[in-house]
Order: sequence, then C-alpha cells, then structure tokens
Amino acid sequence: MITRTIVLNFPKNLTKEPVTYRLVKDYDLMFNILKAKIKQDEQGMLVIQLKGKEKNMELGMEYLTSIGIIWENLSQGIKWDDRKCIHCSACTSVCPSKALDVDRKTMYVNFDNEKCIACELCLSACSFKAITLDI
Amino acid sequence: MTKTISEINKKIRQGKAVVFNAEEIIHVVEEEGLKKAAQMVDVVTTGTFGPMCSSSAIINTGHSKPKIKMQKAWLNNVEAYCGLAAVDLIIGATQLSEDDIENKIFPGRFSYGGGHVIEDLIAGKDVHLKAIAYGTDCYPRKEIETMVNLNTLNQAYLFNPRNAYQNYAVGVNMHSNRTIYTYMGMLQPNANNANYCTSGQISPLINDPYYKVIGIGTKIFLGGAQGFIAWQGTQHNPMQKRAETGVPISASGTIAVIGDMKQMSPEWIRGTSVTGYGTSLTVGIGVPIPILDEETLKYTAIKDEEIIAQIFDYSEDSPQGKGGSLGEVNYKELKSGKIFFNNKEIVTSCMCSYAKALEIANMLKESIQKGEFELTEAVGKIPSVDSGLIVKPLLERK
Repeated sequence: MITRTIVLNFPKNLTKEPVTYRLVKDYDLMFNILKAKIKQDEQGMLVIQLKGKEKNMELGMEYLTSIGIIWENLSQGIKWDDRKCIHCSACTSVCPSKALDVDRKTMYVNFDNEKCIACELCLSACSFKAITLDI
Repeated sequence: MTKTISEINKKIRQGKAVVFNAEEIIHVVEEEGLKKAAQMVDVVTTGTFGPMCSSSAIINTGHSKPKIKMQKAWLNNVEAYCGLAAVDLIIGATQLSEDDIENKIFPGRFSYGGGHVIEDLIAGKDVHLKAIAYGTDCYPRKEIETMVNLNTLNQAYLFNPRNAYQNYAVGVNMHSNRTIYTYMGMLQPNANNANYCTSGQISPLINDPYYKVIGIGTKIFLGGAQGFIAWQGTQHNPMQKRAETGVPISASGTIAVIGDMKQMSPEWIRGTSVTGYGTSLTVGIGVPIPILDEETLKYTAIKDEEIIAQIFDYSEDSPQGKGGSLGEVNYKELKSGKIFFNNKEIVTSCMCSYAKALEIANMLKESIQKGEFELTEAVGKIPSVDSGLIVKPLLERK
C-alpha cells in the first residue's frame, strides 16, 4: 500500500465528472479530501490524499491524465524558501500536520513536503514571504 | 582577578583572545567553575534577530538642480518624514505603502512598508523617490521624481530608537471564538497557542542584566556591519521586577542603536510583514560582553531555564491596557514547543530567530578571534536599577 497526496485541477468541462467515485470504484483507492475549491470561472481544484496498491495508484493517475485533468504532487503546491526563512518558528504552532517543525536542538525550522496538507494557515503566519502557495 | 578592556583588546590584536558565544559559555562555566573560567575567558558574544518596530533609516539624498526643500516625500510610495533640513529624510519601519489596503480586508497582509524600503536600500536596489514642496527663494523647486540607491545617497544610516528588548511578554488569546492577529503573531482562541519573542540565554541585555559593561558608545554587530549603542532605548524600563539572577521577569531594558547602512547586509536587516498588524524591520544585533571579572562572567552563564517570562492576554487585557500576568513560564519550556497553561498543554512559537541569533553571536566571535573587532569602553551609562527610571502610561488631559 502506498499513500499519495495530489492536487487536481479540473478544467471547466470536467467539473461534473465523478472523478473520486471512479478512483474508488475502478482502482480501489481510498481517498481523503483535504480541500476542494471551485473558482469563479467554474474551474475546480481538489487536494486529495489517496491510499492503495502501487499498481492501482499508477493506473488511477493514468486515468486522471487520460480525461484531461492536470494533477501534481501536493509538495509542489506549498513552497518553503529556506533563503527567505529566518527560522523564527512563527509558522510551526499553526501547522496542524507538523510539516513545518523546529529541530529543538538547533532551533532551525524545516519543512517536510510529505506531511503538508495545504491548509494554508502558515501563509498568514509567516512575516517574511518565505512560504508561498503555487497551485 | 580582574581584567580591563584594553588588556582584552591587546589579546584580540595578538589573535589570542578566548571567546565563546553565550550558549557555549554555560558549559564552560559548568565545567571549569566561575573562578577558573573568569581567568580564561576574555569575551562572550550575544545575539538577537527579530522584528523591532522602532527602527528607522536616516538618509540625505543630495541636492537637485534647481534645489528643493522637501515638504512631503515618498520612497517606493512609502512616506518618509522630511521635517528636517532640505534633503534629509527619516523613513520608519512601520510606515505603510500609500496604496496598502491596511485591515480593510481583514487580516491585512501589509506586503510593503518602511522596513522593506530599508531592506531594498541595503540590498543596493534602486528606490523611487518622489517629493513635493511649497517653493522658496532659496529652494524654488516644487516637485521631484527620480530613482536613488545606496550609492547615490550621501548618508544612509540606521537609527533605531528601541531595539534588543531585555526579555519580553508571552502572548496568548483568551478570546473564545476568534483567531487574533497581533504583533505577537497569530494567536488562536481559547489560548490554543502561545508566542514569545526573545533569544533568551543568548540575548544581549539578558547577559548584562544591570548594564554594567554595555553602555553608550559600545561597539556592536548591527545588520551585518559594525554599529554602536547610541543611547538608552525608548520605553527603557530598568526598574522592572527582577529574579535572583538579576534578569528582569518581563520586558524591561532597551537600547537605541546606530550604524552605517552602506556596510550592512540584507541578510541581517529584513523587511517584515506581520499579518493583521503591519510592517516592521527584523534587525540582527550582536553585543560582545568583555569578561572583566567573575561577576560579569556569572551573568553571561545564564540559562534558558533561569529566565522567566510572563504570559499576557492579547485579546483583551493587553490592548485595553488592563489586567496582569496570567502566569509565568521559563524559556527552556517555551523553546521545547509546548507549555502547560490554562489546565492544558499548548504549543509555542517564537517570533524571533534563536538559530539566526546564534549565527550572529558566532560571526561576532569569529571576527573578534580574527582581530577584526576590538571592544570599546562605554562612554556613558545606560540607566540601571539605581536610576528610579520608570515607564509612564499616557494620561489623557485637557
């Protein structure tokens, strides 16, 4: 079993496609919706965590690509710029998944892509524009 | 046995000075004992790197042809004060860009302000200058718009009226249903998190709690260059209650600092955008403490667990200027990331950077070891516990 968190971007013509249903029914993938948004022009965005067999995951991703959904790994959504970060730790206590955390020995902040659920709380906690959202 | 600063400087010039940062010295004193360590150690270096709102840059743009006596001026659309001589300006860290939406869409992000102008200048970037004037016989010009940068300016120096607070508050939000956005960061309702803002055991004024060796004229690390302590800082409050260690149990002493922006680095002077609050300037300061005797050494060996801070409510008490401390906590607990407060465990964050503050203390240590940074004798005292100086509130009257 593997777990993947991905960001799906739905073009306008695909917002009515039951994508999560297909991923469950056809590819036996468990899902957890972390965020869903429909933009003004009716384009859609979905952040979803998927869990299942490696082969099924691969086929599921192929299905998404085949119907025209643009998807990418979530780690490419939230970006943390080490050069802009002053390692103050203001973001770490609002981060619910501990993706942003402090090495308590050195007090440097670090960001673990894998743990990020793109809740965006860190964006307003950072005073140095070191964390950006790029979805 | 006591040492003098000139004896220490002699060793610095010979490249023989024994220097530790304020974290290392704790272990040195534990291992060697005060007496032996005081003979061995010459200097302890401290550091801090955090938002310090009371910061500003003073610049002279040079005279245009024809001349103008600036009456109102803007740098990158951020207003600078020009009620001085014709082309002298002061730009403050918290001044916002004219087109900032402030908190009209709450919480505002305050993406650009005086602090960012100061950072851009230090980074060598071109900055847009606009000024208007009423015109005089000697200064006929009424408006000017041009680009300036650090090289074109005659003088550009930081003059920060209040930096390097000796200890500070811990902020929580006792409100039951709303996240608040303060200069102490995002505080979640029901005191779900607590934010603090000092580098604790390596913070400059905490390592010389009675300002015995730090004073007016002390040469320091400021923003990546050498700067000086100019005066006591605004709201300097030496009479704050102190623990047995001599360290105040809440915000107390402050210093005003000055230094040449042309020597500074944008790595250590950073424009700051505090959501819901406004802009600020994050300033890197390092102060060397000469170890003259056992007493000066003893103060530098202070540990995080010995430094106490007070927890204050920022939803109601602090803004309304009422209420008092809701509890005490030490910096070892705060730095662990969790404290026990209000019958539960809550997470903590720091608004300043311990890691970067330690980098500053290490840079200062290295430049002293290399003989590039000599210590100075203070030429004037910062008021201490015998001064009776207290911070007064503003009493409104007719």
